[in-house]
Amino acid sequence: MEKKQQKLSSVFLGGVITENPTFRLVLGTCPTMAVTTSALNGLGMGAAATFVLIGSNVVISLLRNFIPDKIRIPSFIVVICTFVTMVQMFMQAFVPDLYASLGMFIPLIVVNCIILARAEAFASKNPVLPSAVDGLGMGLGFTLAITLMGAIREIIGSGTVFGLSVFGASFEPMLLMVLPAGGFLVFGLMLAAINIITGKFTAKKAAAADEAEEEV
Amino acid sequence: MNELVKILLFMVSCVLTHNFIFSRFLGCCPFLGVSSKVETAFGMGMAVTFVMALASLFTYMVYHWMLVPLGLEYLSTIAFILVIASLVQVVEMFLKKSAPSLYSALGIYLPLITTNCAVLGVCILNIGGSTTLANGMVIEYNLLYSVLNGVFGALGFLLAIVLMAGVRERLESAHIATPLKGFSISLIIAGLMSIAFMGFNGLV
Repeated sequence: MEKKQQKLSSVFLGGVITENPTFRLVLGTCPTMAVTTSALNGLGMGAAATFVLIGSNVVISLLRNFIPDKIRIPSFIVVICTFVTMVQMFMQAFVPDLYASLGMFIPLIVVNCIILARAEAFASKNPVLPSAVDGLGMGLGFTLAITLMGAIREIIGSGTVFGLSVFGASFEPMLLMVLPAGGFLVFGLMLAAINIITGKFTAKKAAAADEAEEEV
Repeated sequence: MNELVKILLFMVSCVLTHNFIFSRFLGCCPFLGVSSKVETAFGMGMAVTFVMALASLFTYMVYHWMLVPLGLEYLSTIAFILVIASLVQVVEMFLKKSAPSLYSALGIYLPLITTNCAVLGVCILNIGGSTTLANGMVIEYNLLYSVLNGVFGALGFLLAIVLMAGVRERLESAHIATPLKGFSISLIIAGLMSIAFMGFNGLV
């Protein structure tokens, strides 16, 4: 039991930090840049994608022994699509403002590479519980990344975070940051920052990884 | 206004002012993934153009002639993705039989197109969407303009990915600071290109 728990926690942390889908694997770049004009949009998008990830991972993991290998990708897409449609209807009914500001990127969660990649690489090979944890971890990692990016763009681009003013009325926002160009620039610079941080901690991380492996 | 002029204005609007990559963020994954060589970027762009034109046509027909009469509009995402996936499969088989040279040129990119969000994106944009040109003229997406939206949108994608590949080929021999290597510098270049494309705003 102890061993299993450790494995689950490493699956979870892998999704959030070491294999962060946005910063480490660079998957799902379209919504990452398109909806992050404010922190709230990022959070909403992340929550929607997390729900879809957990749902599709669980269902695909349950069906993994029944889906023939040759048609697995179309089958995965249909499962993912079902959850996306559910999210779309939920959001339309309960958070219409957020739904309107995320617009077409809600149905486009279907073609978000993170979800299909996790279905293919993890859920189709693992039992239900680890798959659900993997979905949760990856979803949280994605949510954290795009909320952070949304916050940065919102602070520089409109001087607010989650709609609250940061610098007061005298601040002149740099409009470029909430325009498409700002999305590319902020994402590029954040990847560079992550590279510097991981570069500094590589030695430390390698040691930690060795230790973790020994424990498992 | 003359229909031909209208189509021409629509083309400029799709390719330059509403570029799929630089102003709509659709199709960024292949844009970053398959843009290391001009030749392969061009192949990918052509394959996308082909599929996007067909996908706009078929999803328009499926939506307006099948889903709307049956009252099943909420199934549009599922229906579209299935149409696109089967379309990609059919195009692949068709090209393999009838144009082997084109198939071998596009071959590896075709399956990737199913998960290109530009393709699904254009189909979703086409439903009840419209473009307003700078002179106040509104273009409703009927069957003709839906297909044109697919074709011109894909041409904008082609332009963007080929330009990007040209820059990245030059980058290979450039000195870049270590943390910026890889995706990071590509994204910053894309950002600068996006600023350049903002200059087209208000053109049509």
